[in-house]
Amino acid sequence: MATHEFAAGESHPHAAPQGFIRKYVFSLDHKIIGLQYYFLGLAAVFVGMFLSLLMRIHLIWPTAVLPFLGEIKPETYLSLVTMHGTIMVFFVLTTAPQGGFGNYFLPIQIGAPDMAFPVLNMLSFWVTFLAFLTLLASFFVIGGAPLHGWTGYPPLSALRSSGPGEGLGADLWITSIAVFCIGALLGSLNFITTTLDMRARGMTLMRMPLTTWAWFCTAIIGLLAFGVLLSAGILLLMDRNLGTSFYLPLGTINGQLTGHKGGSPLLWQHLFWFFGHPEVYIAILPAMGVCSHLLSVGARKPVFSYKTIVLAMLSIVVLGFGVWGHHMFVSGMSPYSGYAFSIPTMAITVPSAVLSFAWLATLWRGNIRFTTPSLFGIGFVSLFVAGGVSGPFLAQPALDIQLHDTYFVIGHFHLIMAVAAIFGIFAATYHWFPKMFGRRMSESLGRWHFFITLIGTYAIFVPMHYLGIAGHPRRYSQLTEVDYLRDLIPVQKFITYAAFVTIAGQLIFLFNLFWSMFRGKQASDNPWEATTLEWTTATPPPHDNFGGHTPVVHNGPYEYSVPGAPRDYVMQTDPAAVKAH
Amino acid sequence: MASFTPTIPAPRPTTSRGNRADLPPVVGGGDGSRPDPGSPDYGARLRRARLGLVIALTPIMMLFVAFTSAYIVRQGLPTFDPHTNTVVRDWIPVPLPTLLFLINTCVLVLSSVTIECARRQLARQVALEPVPSIPGVSLVTERKFPWLALTIVLGLCFLSGQWLAWKDLASRGFYVATGPSSSFVYLLTGGHAVHLFGGILALLAAGASVILHRPLASRRIVVDVTAWYWHFMALLWIYILALLEFAH
Amino acid sequence: MGLLLLVVLWLITFASMYFFVAKVWWFPPGASAVSAAFDHQFVNTGIAMGIVFVVAQVGLGILLWKYRDRGKTSRAQYYSGETRPEILVLVFAALLFMTTDIGVDLLGGHLWAAERFRPAAPNAVQVEVTGMQFVWYFRYPGPDGKFGATRPELEDASAGGEAALGLDPQDPASKDDVVTGTMVVPVNREVEVILRAHDVIHSLSLPAMRFKQDAVPGLAIHMHFTPTQEGDFAAVCDQLCGLGHYKMHGIVKVVSQEEFDKWLAAREAEKQ
Repeated sequence: MATHEFAAGESHPHAAPQGFIRKYVFSLDHKIIGLQYYFLGLAAVFVGMFLSLLMRIHLIWPTAVLPFLGEIKPETYLSLVTMHGTIMVFFVLTTAPQGGFGNYFLPIQIGAPDMAFPVLNMLSFWVTFLAFLTLLASFFVIGGAPLHGWTGYPPLSALRSSGPGEGLGADLWITSIAVFCIGALLGSLNFITTTLDMRARGMTLMRMPLTTWAWFCTAIIGLLAFGVLLSAGILLLMDRNLGTSFYLPLGTINGQLTGHKGGSPLLWQHLFWFFGHPEVYIAILPAMGVCSHLLSVGARKPVFSYKTIVLAMLSIVVLGFGVWGHHMFVSGMSPYSGYAFSIPTMAITVPSAVLSFAWLATLWRGNIRFTTPSLFGIGFVSLFVAGGVSGPFLAQPALDIQLHDTYFVIGHFHLIMAVAAIFGIFAATYHWFPKMFGRRMSESLGRWHFFITLIGTYAIFVPMHYLGIAGHPRRYSQLTEVDYLRDLIPVQKFITYAAFVTIAGQLIFLFNLFWSMFRGKQASDNPWEATTLEWTTATPPPHDNFGGHTPVVHNGPYEYSVPGAPRDYVMQTDPAAVKAH
Repeated sequence: MASFTPTIPAPRPTTSRGNRADLPPVVGGGDGSRPDPGSPDYGARLRRARLGLVIALTPIMMLFVAFTSAYIVRQGLPTFDPHTNTVVRDWIPVPLPTLLFLINTCVLVLSSVTIECARRQLARQVALEPVPSIPGVSLVTERKFPWLALTIVLGLCFLSGQWLAWKDLASRGFYVATGPSSSFVYLLTGGHAVHLFGGILALLAAGASVILHRPLASRRIVVDVTAWYWHFMALLWIYILALLEFAH
Repeated sequence: MGLLLLVVLWLITFASMYFFVAKVWWFPPGASAVSAAFDHQFVNTGIAMGIVFVVAQVGLGILLWKYRDRGKTSRAQYYSGETRPEILVLVFAALLFMTTDIGVDLLGGHLWAAERFRPAAPNAVQVEVTGMQFVWYFRYPGPDGKFGATRPELEDASAGGEAALGLDPQDPASKDDVVTGTMVVPVNREVEVILRAHDVIHSLSLPAMRFKQDAVPGLAIHMHFTPTQEGDFAAVCDQLCGLGHYKMHGIVKVVSQEEFDKWLAAREAEKQ
């Protein structure tokens, strides 16, 4: 058992609550709130996956009649597309990695007893939960869920009669997103304040684990981006309900004058993508932090260049706000802006490439343990590179002309954002499960899950690039109307079968997760022999995280295989301080 | 009236900002002679609350930055007129109830003054709180001017004044959907009013905490943070007014 | 496990690359003046990115196999602080990517400039393209060379043609406007398209011409392309526009100049 030094003194800001409601429902404890976010994300991802399953079935069997659901009509397909995207981006990728693991482990990793504002933390979860219910409600109202895609471009999303679901369903969609913005901002507030103000003695910024740095960077992006999304949503609600014309020009719908004039649909695109591009970094940064962290733990080596990884993540935060126009090259925006956005878009590949290099270099001359968390960290690197190399095609405006709004784009963002981030979530789950639940997940089931998911997701999303090159547009609910699309149906069939297998593979994870919570092998306090503060505390951690003590930090977070040390890891709290840091 | 800040040793703060725990703790008052179990000391809480406020003001700023950019771009935005096959600009500025807005501005600035007085008054109270416990020292209790209540009243006056301004606009035919310029007037002033109302709720909560006999230190933190928020709202209003008046 | 990972990663990498390199599914044959340059730029980018992809995935596989934990005998190599080799490697990576990506971007820049920075040639064939839920209409200005005014109030989609566009019969310039559901253009002459939309955002995509542009209500966007081969080419809608997005397609017929003149004259004659 490694030695660690604790400072004397009180540390918990609020007493442990009694009663089921105070303990598990309206808990102020960041660990419970983290679990709430995590399970919200888990529920959301299975809903989102189910929607995508329906989409895949409809594409290759459009007339299929499904049990309970009947036949999927074209408008239903488009509402599946919309809700799949919205649920996945907001309620999975923005909640589970940050709200889930970030909430649970950021305070512990910096040696704090809780987040800075526990009441706001609790509120942020319940506001997010309310947003989720509001979104799901749109399925059940007259007209159903909206069909305008997760990007919600007006006038399609601003005119109530532009299609089924664009009435109350669209209002609920916008409201849900606006409410989500509030929840996310409350969360960002907590993360940033806590990281700046509540680090334990000796925990300098440059000794924080890279997971903490990633959550901190993600919170900064969210702080700056969600206000703009909120503004876009407010203007859209006003256009829809108060007769304003922020986004709506003179026009007709279904043969009737809309009654609006002078507005610009491009205004929405600018506001939305000003948020939307940083949002993809919100989705991926926590996974980058987890990957950097787990590769070091798994390879028993310090990360290759801690400072550079921090600098790369910070530059992604900054550069990420300057590239939004690359979603709008053919939108009707000035072509000169095309150049203006293309250059920073290319520039942002640099920190991503540097990170990828750093991850590979961390593995180099390491001593890699292929635990399930390591496997998913490794898978993350592979997927990030695969999704990343299709970026420079889209970043060139001239090439984007051909590839914009095709399946090439869908393949690109799923690999680099969706799947890579999900691998980050899986990696984090397998890694921190022992600390959260006191038990071990099955390693062999984890390996099956890893290989099925890795091969399966490649099988689903790489062929989408071929489809895009062949000219297959996005968001087509049927492929039988255009000759050259009919020829591509065999590829779509392959993708659907791959999706069946991959989704089935996730049931292994689900089983592993819940079975192990109750029947998994007991876990020791530090089963992965990792160095960061969460592994110094009891399993699961007590209410105030450190049992009445506060840790004092002497070392950096990645002191593995230190020459001369008794074991191949040195805890951050070990006073036999590693020299030179 | 006494105005010194006693330095009473308090337990070393359990959380700090990394290596800065070597510095002596900031203790602004409060009952420091006994460690308060279950909460970090008052000075750290105040600092944390202020840091939180600065961070919280950022997305509010971003919201109005987004509204501003939409406003500026919309003003100059050409739109295609199919009747003439040409591109036209359709921005017609709204004649604003400037006098009314200026009166409201004065009310809001005055309320900023009153809340600043409330903030300092409460800070003094907190600083002086341990004095009566020093043997042989007593404090003349003074009547406290109700700065907080006055701020709430002034804030509500401001909101009523904004309401009157909207009624004035409506009476001259400028509703929220009348034209792009009127839409923005309502949007910007309405957005500000919503946030100011939030500030009023916070002040009411601070007032309620007096009645509920909450600890002085907690009340001070609420009022302090709300005061800075309030000043930001005043500056934001001046900015919005300038934007509407001058960026035509 | 290291070896298994290597095998899986290498298989995935080479299988993916095969289908790209063999062009099993590829762009439709180019039929416009820019398509050769476009395809060339795409291939150049593909080579650069393909190398990155293969090297990274192959390298990852090798690292996983070579540096696997072999038990008591193997040990990782410690790095303390930021040593010079670390910094050099990362600077090298940064520079490599900066030059590759920006270089590739600049190489393709002229393509974008040529298409989008300069207006159409004065003698280009003008076609106004209007998208509406869920059909494309194409309008030719006729012998007077002017497009007649349209009024949204006059639009009647069920009547098709001129009425669907809301053509204003009062405007003398509209008398000779020809409205069709198929775009017919002469080969080897620049075509200027003026993109409009009535209701929601649509997007005209002509994959064979390497052409795409959103049609936005409230705007009239001028673009141009030059078809270089005769034939029938697909035109699809490429921006989600509602229920019927998937069936909002049409055909671009590229014909010889004589055929085009004959066709246009016949359409004009029909209007009398």
